[in-house]
Amino acid sequence: MSALHLKTVAELASQLAARAVSSVELTRAFLARIEQHQAVSNAFITVTRDAALAEAARADARLAAGQGGPLTGVPIAHKDIFCTSGVRTTCGSRMLSEFVSPYDATVVARLRAAGVVMLGKTNMDEFAMGSSNETSYFGAVRNPWDTTRVPGGSSGGSAVAVAARLAPAATATDTGGSIRQPAALCGVTGIKPTYGRVSRFGMIAFASSLDQGGLITVDAEDAALLLRAIAGFDERDSTSVDLPVPDYAAALDQPLKGLKVGLLREFFDRGLDPQVEATTRAAIEVLRAQGAALREVSLPNLPLSVPTYYVVAPAECSSNLARFDGVRYGHRCENPLDLLDLYRRSRGEGFGPEVKRRIMTGTYVLSAGYFDAFYLKAQRVRQLISGDFTRAFQEVDVLVGPTTPTAAFELGAKTSDPVTMYLNDIYTIGANLAGLPAMSVPCGFAAGLPVGLQLIGPHFAEGRLLQVAYRYQRETDWHRRAPPGFA
Amino acid sequence: MSLNRRDIENIAHLARLALSEAEIPLYVEGLSRILALVAELDAADTSQVEPMAHPLPGQRARLRPDIVTGADERALLQRNAPQVEAGLYLVPRVIE
Repeated sequence: MSALHLKTVAELASQLAARAVSSVELTRAFLARIEQHQAVSNAFITVTRDAALAEAARADARLAAGQGGPLTGVPIAHKDIFCTSGVRTTCGSRMLSEFVSPYDATVVARLRAAGVVMLGKTNMDEFAMGSSNETSYFGAVRNPWDTTRVPGGSSGGSAVAVAARLAPAATATDTGGSIRQPAALCGVTGIKPTYGRVSRFGMIAFASSLDQGGLITVDAEDAALLLRAIAGFDERDSTSVDLPVPDYAAALDQPLKGLKVGLLREFFDRGLDPQVEATTRAAIEVLRAQGAALREVSLPNLPLSVPTYYVVAPAECSSNLARFDGVRYGHRCENPLDLLDLYRRSRGEGFGPEVKRRIMTGTYVLSAGYFDAFYLKAQRVRQLISGDFTRAFQEVDVLVGPTTPTAAFELGAKTSDPVTMYLNDIYTIGANLAGLPAMSVPCGFAAGLPVGLQLIGPHFAEGRLLQVAYRYQRETDWHRRAPPGFA
Repeated sequence: MSLNRRDIENIAHLARLALSEAEIPLYVEGLSRILALVAELDAADTSQVEPMAHPLPGQRARLRPDIVTGADERALLQRNAPQVEAGLYLVPRVIE
């Protein structure tokens, strides 16, 4: 029997239900691992040790009384973008470095109600703006497969927490790839649900038409169990969709025979690392061997995803981050001369370089005389990209390709040119622009570094993606490999 | 499309961001590169395309009745404020 930290959420939950292990024991084991590896990984911004042990003791009492649910007593970590009542919520920024949230995000509240124990808050790119977790005010996070390399971002702390087995699962968010890209680079499973599937209430806003909460887990079964707990209608999010949440776990084991799988031609184009390509193609063959029918599909407007995103996302960011005024909460400068000085210096000091770059890009594209040329143009191209996906899903059930063009790159390698960094998200942004659900699944290694297979489905087809991922993981064991220094 | 120092100062003013002297050239270069990337959009023919208004087809943001729903949590919310007095947020004098 393997050590507790190498088990999945499903395995831990069944041991808790059988009273073979207590939630306090589990929580202590993961807290010890977090402490042991924090200096190298920097995966956490805040560890909530005392609250976690108290929650675990309550979970044990519920389990002892026969009142436990399927997740009662399971410890997990939350990305520090989700508000947590009474606990510091920083969003990776100096601006919120001392902000203690007065309430729980809906995602946090639902997991709390399910008896899940919070271990702490994970590191992230500042305000989720970054693809390497190097923009965090709290320092870069290191990839456990090679600690000279980035873990990806923005949910780098969550991906590393799961990859290094510091937590069995973690919440995360995805605006342009921030769940899938770090999941791919760290060798773990990530799911970005359909826009509107998971409530954004209490999830600090970056780009509101693109942001979506989701999960980073060891495997698809855990993603299915946890997604069921966090998904569903919330009247406090005006874009939450009122549709029933299926029992994702119950439908995982359906065969793939007859499944129509589309290979995204544009994802196998220039810029794709040959080893990543070979690894991805081998993974797709595993689906074919299970009876899936493959065909190539072209989405001609997809190569315009990155420029479209770098108009839409900064525009929404500049609007959302206008709320940080140094008056009601957040960083305030010393001795402001007047109100304008208070705004300018509080924001200039509170935000880091990448956030300022995006606020200014957004301010520019929304400014008088440029709105039509940039913002409306980008929203028209977004419509074209979305239409490409709609047409593709008339022919196939799921689209597949690589999650990222390369495996993890070295710390500092792409920090000098913003556009070089932005191109990391070339394969992930499309799903956000079209509001589609997508996953990244560990599918092998390139030069010793993990590679992710991306799955994209039609709106609300999370169940289908989870089924494909589950059936793939039944035939492979990439998702069960832990980085040697952290095993 | 290339921006100059005055453009950056003007954008920073609109965005209410104080920039140091050393930061300005970095943003001149960074934003110019981003706008060069964005210029790729010019290649797309969008003359017959409506701008996308919502990520899900046919959906709109839901409105709720304009009634008070939450409890009064002023004291709780003001715990995060940099400066408050008698339940009010303090800012530098605006009207002389």
